[in-house]
Amino acid sequence: MDINKKYTPQSWPDHPETATMEGKNKFVGFWLLLAAESVTFASLFATYLALKDKGPSGMEFTAAGLFELPLVFAMTMILLTSSLTSVYAMYHMKNHNFKSMQAWLAVTVLLGAAFLGLEIYEFNHYVHLGFGFTNSAFSSAFYTLVGTHGAHVVFGLGWFIALMVRNAKRGLNTYNAPKFFLVSLYWHFIDVVWVFIFTVVYLMGVIG
Amino acid sequence: MAHDVHDYVRTKEEQEYIRRKRAQEMRHMLTSFAMMIFLTLIAFTAVAAGFSTYLIVPIILLLAGVQVVLQLYHFMHLSEKGTGTIAFFMFSGMFVAFIVILTFVTIIWW
Amino acid sequence: MSSIAKKSGFGATVWDYITSVDHKKIAILYLISGGLFFLIGGIEAMMIRIQLMKAGNDFLSAGTYNEVMTMHGTTMIFLAAMPLLLGFMNAIMPLQIGARDVAFPFLNSLGFWLFFFGGIFLNLSWFLGGAPDAGWTNYASLALASESHGIDFYALGLTISGFGTLISGINFLVTIINMRAPGMTYMRMPLFTWTTFVASALILLAFPPLTIAIFFMVFDRMFGSHFFDVAAGGNTIIWEHLFWIFGHPEVYILILPAFGIFSEIFAIFSRKRLFGYTALVFATILIGFYGFMVWAHHMFTVGLGPTANAIFALATMIIAVPTGVKIFNWLLTVWGGNVSFATPMLYAVGFIPSFVAGGVTGVMQAIAPLDYQLHDSYFIVAHFHYVIVGGVVLAIFAATHLYWPKMFGTMLSEKLGKITFWLFFIGFHLTFFIQHFLGLMGMPRRVYTFGANQGWDLFNAISSVGAIFMALGVIIMLVNIVLTTIKNERVGNDPWGDGRTLEWAIPSPPPFYNFAQTPLVRGLDTYWIEKMEGNKEGMIYAEPLGDIHMPNNSFIPVVMSFGLFVASFGALYHPDGYSWTIPVLVIGLLITFGSMLLRSLKDDLGFHIHKEDLIKDREGVKTDGHK
Repeated sequence: MDINKKYTPQSWPDHPETATMEGKNKFVGFWLLLAAESVTFASLFATYLALKDKGPSGMEFTAAGLFELPLVFAMTMILLTSSLTSVYAMYHMKNHNFKSMQAWLAVTVLLGAAFLGLEIYEFNHYVHLGFGFTNSAFSSAFYTLVGTHGAHVVFGLGWFIALMVRNAKRGLNTYNAPKFFLVSLYWHFIDVVWVFIFTVVYLMGVIG
Repeated sequence: MAHDVHDYVRTKEEQEYIRRKRAQEMRHMLTSFAMMIFLTLIAFTAVAAGFSTYLIVPIILLLAGVQVVLQLYHFMHLSEKGTGTIAFFMFSGMFVAFIVILTFVTIIWW
Repeated sequence: MSSIAKKSGFGATVWDYITSVDHKKIAILYLISGGLFFLIGGIEAMMIRIQLMKAGNDFLSAGTYNEVMTMHGTTMIFLAAMPLLLGFMNAIMPLQIGARDVAFPFLNSLGFWLFFFGGIFLNLSWFLGGAPDAGWTNYASLALASESHGIDFYALGLTISGFGTLISGINFLVTIINMRAPGMTYMRMPLFTWTTFVASALILLAFPPLTIAIFFMVFDRMFGSHFFDVAAGGNTIIWEHLFWIFGHPEVYILILPAFGIFSEIFAIFSRKRLFGYTALVFATILIGFYGFMVWAHHMFTVGLGPTANAIFALATMIIAVPTGVKIFNWLLTVWGGNVSFATPMLYAVGFIPSFVAGGVTGVMQAIAPLDYQLHDSYFIVAHFHYVIVGGVVLAIFAATHLYWPKMFGTMLSEKLGKITFWLFFIGFHLTFFIQHFLGLMGMPRRVYTFGANQGWDLFNAISSVGAIFMALGVIIMLVNIVLTTIKNERVGNDPWGDGRTLEWAIPSPPPFYNFAQTPLVRGLDTYWIEKMEGNKEGMIYAEPLGDIHMPNNSFIPVVMSFGLFVASFGALYHPDGYSWTIPVLVIGLLITFGSMLLRSLKDDLGFHIHKEDLIKDREGVKTDGHK
């Protein structure tokens, strides 16, 4: 693998993300990590479900009384769209169109940041209402589950930005193509988890 | 390991073919995305409309499941060739995830 | 292997090991630190047996006993047995599949250092206000009530080392999936590689629940959450479930590699192909699969209800079937073989009755009503020591003798090895067999003393005598290691003379690139096939001699792990209200994520060993690709 090798759209491999042994290993290894992440989030979801609306006697806040759907709907739309924009980025990556890929990645990062902003606003709002992390078993489980997802978003954004900045000047090669591919996989996985969060936490929370 | 990059330069026709194939794939992705948005809308509308809980919960869980399949198989390319092993591990993970959740919604408070 | 390091002396060698990404050197690091923790855990075990030697003993206070007992279990499982097995996996598995290294050499090093710093952190508790004292299972009601920082050390230490184990698991899985030599199909993999594969898959899916449970514990104890706090709506059973969803697969993470080691030994020293290779492979997979569906048999007396208990009881009994299949396969491998009773084979033969005894008592406890009687008694202690010592520790000792020549190029003394075996084996049965009866006589586990009128004096005294035998065995093994290292008599490729798999076809210890040319695999027991066909080289090759690409050494894994180590102190002292705790936590995390970023941004392309150097190396001139 030669990092200085220049590719044209014609010489760019069909599957640049797995064109090298390192790429193949990263690809498989990352999927395995996602399998482990599935179990991680399952443990968090399971605990949330077990502790939903549980608290000390006379607890003020329950899921049905707390969550507001319009905000969650906006967050969901933003994150789903960011998933599509990262698909666009990978489409251009496969066509060896570096500039378009960077542009779509930038859009993805902006959408991710918007999502994160709304989540921070939401948490801040709840805390001001008096629904803090240490209130009840329910609040601990809620913040841990949704907060872990939020932490994944933060990590994903940092990863996107690091890759974009690092490779801004040197373009696409088979050394960095797997990296771009993995972060987009990671981003989709974050979206998958969110699908369950908005369904299980918010929608099922609102209907009680 | 020194031999793993083979440089094949596509002919113009091949390049055109693969470009079109990818554009077509991208259109499929857009369709998937439209479906995801649509399913999300249904889920939110169903809850907002206030149908019976016993009706809504299975429906929105099913919709979430469909969305996940779309993400995994279209956006994350799990349907491509050579992904059998990772799909096996992914499903094993989901199996463990399922029994963990099943446990926590059944026998935790007994 | 590094000739440059040899020239520049001791410090450079140490530096070379610390920064190494070579799977063989990392294996040695695992062996050293795992061995060290094994000795610490062993000393703790001796203290327990001294305390229980006679009725009403006051060698340890009640509180100290709880700490010693907790740390014995935790250390032995997480810091001794697993790392030692990971060490052998690291040393041998890549050789068995004909790979030059693992898939992610950097992560391999990171996995080790995370484990190491986690283990050090956990053991620092002895000097910083008291060790954890809620048992290795750390049940939440007990753990939340514990007043010292011991539980916090437990939670944070195991978090760090747990990340390391998860990383190693992923690494081994990818190595086996992607890096097998041409012709090495899944059904031609040696059994040790197979068991490594399945155990790694179990690590992959079992460690996340533990990590989450420990996070809850950290949050509850240090950051004011209420996951297990019943008064605030929490549920203490959540810990038990998450812990055992991890904990039961953990048992198989330990025992499956042990099965793999014994499978290799039975075939080598019976000079026969493994009987029922396919059945052994499928039994391994089945055990791995069932391993996830039986965890609640540790919780029969919690009160899950008769339905749940019945389901888990049945599932548990089913696991005995594939395990039985394995036992019969091993017996039939030995049957009619040309058996030589070298030290590893002694361990293997000793393992079968010991492990079967542990298995049978296991099935007894699978019967939920009987478990109500046996639960929390010394019967349980006897049972799991029969499984862990009679299975895992015997395997680790056997593997030490079997693979020592491959890892270090010298042969451990057979004479001392056999003395070790007999002392340890007799001591083991003396210690634990009698504990079955102590349990049936009503002695509860985890008690720091007992009364003279309870009739348990004699059996406890016998048990303590047995422990002395075990300790003598271990000491003689250490003597053996020291003497062998001093003597330094080098051995050839296949010191046992009957090696069957690829690792025996290359020099002992192997060159740092393992295989100058990637081998071509033509069947199960590759090396045996080539030997039988008179191939003097022991291998046929899948590629011509060419340049080899190797990864660079790196110090970043140490820094990354050290960051988490620092951050843990911040979290640990947070509830005490010091002002420096949050800054320390943040600085530690910044070190970790900063070095992660550095790793990501700095290109690390490795280097090439040139063909000419390989040829020179083959002629006996040692080269080191670093130049």
